Amino acid sequence: MYCSKSCLKSWIFAVLAVALVAAFATGCKKHQIDAFPASNAIAGWEKTSDTRVFAAKDLWQYIDGDAEQYISAGVVSTSTSDYKYQGQLEAVVDVHTMGDAAGARKILEAGQTKDAKTVQLGDAGVAFAQSIIFRKGSYLVRIVAYEATPDTPQALLALAHGVEAKL
Amino acid sequence: MNNRRDFLKTAATGAVLLGSQSKLGIAAMLDQHDRHAAAGKSKVVIAKDAALHGPAGSPGGQLDEKRVLALLDRAIAAYTGHENPVDAWKHIVLEGGGQGKVIGLKTNGLGGRGISTHQALILAVAERLQQAGVKPGNILVWDRSARDLEACGLTINTDPSRIRCYGSDVAGYEEQPVAFGAASVKLAKILTRECAMVLNLPILKDHNMAGVTFSMKNMYGVVQRPNELHGGGCNPGVADLNCIPAVRQKVRFTIGDAMTAVYDGGPTFHPERLWQPNSIIVGEDRVALDQTAWQIIERKRAEVGMPTLEAAGRLPRYIATAADAAHNLGVNDPNRIHLMEV
Repeated sequence: MYCSKSCLKSWIFAVLAVALVAAFATGCKKHQIDAFPASNAIAGWEKTSDTRVFAAKDLWQYIDGDAEQYISAGVVSTSTSDYKYQGQLEAVVDVHTMGDAAGARKILEAGQTKDAKTVQLGDAGVAFAQSIIFRKGSYLVRIVAYEATPDTPQALLALAHGVEAKL
Repeated sequence: MNNRRDFLKTAATGAVLLGSQSKLGIAAMLDQHDRHAAAGKSKVVIAKDAALHGPAGSPGGQLDEKRVLALLDRAIAAYTGHENPVDAWKHIVLEGGGQGKVIGLKTNGLGGRGISTHQALILAVAERLQQAGVKPGNILVWDRSARDLEACGLTINTDPSRIRCYGSDVAGYEEQPVAFGAASVKLAKILTRECAMVLNLPILKDHNMAGVTFSMKNMYGVVQRPNELHGGGCNPGVADLNCIPAVRQKVRFTIGDAMTAVYDGGPTFHPERLWQPNSIIVGEDRVALDQTAWQIIERKRAEVGMPTLEAAGRLPRYIATAADAAHNLGVNDPNRIHLMEV
């Protein structure tokens, strides 16, 4: 089959365009990673809502009043989903995709208090009776339970490990 | 359905120009009833039930919802001087211009479950309003969105034969902005077109920009883009917004939820920084209410060894701004606040 010079150019442009789209999609993927374990992927935990995603400019719609501290730390987007443990304990998982690791570190450090307990999660993490916050690379994850039960700390830790594994 | 309260729960979950300080006239009445009240002072009542979350001295328990109505009654009785709660509520509705009209209950579910206006308080107010003669359909519980209302434990209901409950995501916002000072906002149609009178039901929280969020700051939930009012630690945004006529004139009375509160990390839910003041705070003077709320937060922060809000870089300056001559929304001078703790 014969292909003229102009035909060849068209092919080259087409291939380049596909490559660019693919590269763009890969780049975006970093910011749209699915960090949320499916139901029962972590023992006892059910994912009870769709994942909602907020771009930085819309973050106020989710955490109005709190959004600014994330924006000033360079948040790119925030994803959130609800979970339930053994049909009872409800929790919410927020995954903030920051511009870089420094932004994640800034938020984590701002959230620390004297009663925070260090946990081995990602690059650094802390736990409280009803919540866990950790960072991994440019991701900052916050998991909060709505009840303090004897099972809460361990259940949250298991879910946090599940999220960490997907980042 | 066993009783009126069950009915209310089902319904709600299935479903005048004023003076400078928005006085209902209740305060004037109080002067006659409370010999300790000094003329010219703004009244703020803090009603507390130490056993609201279980036996006193054992904090951290679940809210005993059955005690909330009694606590509300105590607060309202102390404020109005009416021992009979139905009489007190009739007076509030009458003086507030809500008789035969729609009365909005502006809640706060922004922080999500765990730090939103308690359903039990909302239902208690709705119950007393009905007993005072307000038709269920004339009670409209509202906030920004369904999500916020659901955070309070409510379910959306637009059926006008029952207590209504929906947000501005359903009713929408005005097309034309209104302005005061630096605030130029599009108001919720629920405020501008539906409600003749609004009862403000905020929840006491620390706020990482404003310092404190309680009475005046809850009005951020009546505008389309509250984030545009966050500059300068929400100062003068909060004060300016409350000067916009529809906000200033229709929001007549605050029944503040301080049963659970957050002393740091607000306005979102930070369970590690919650505590239980076990209180309901009521009043008409929104500035005096916020001044009082601020001091409660400061006392708690001092108790747990945290820096003052000023040291933390978020002094709630909007409170003084709201009291200045340009805004004249109320008083922030503690000597001009008649604080009653009952």
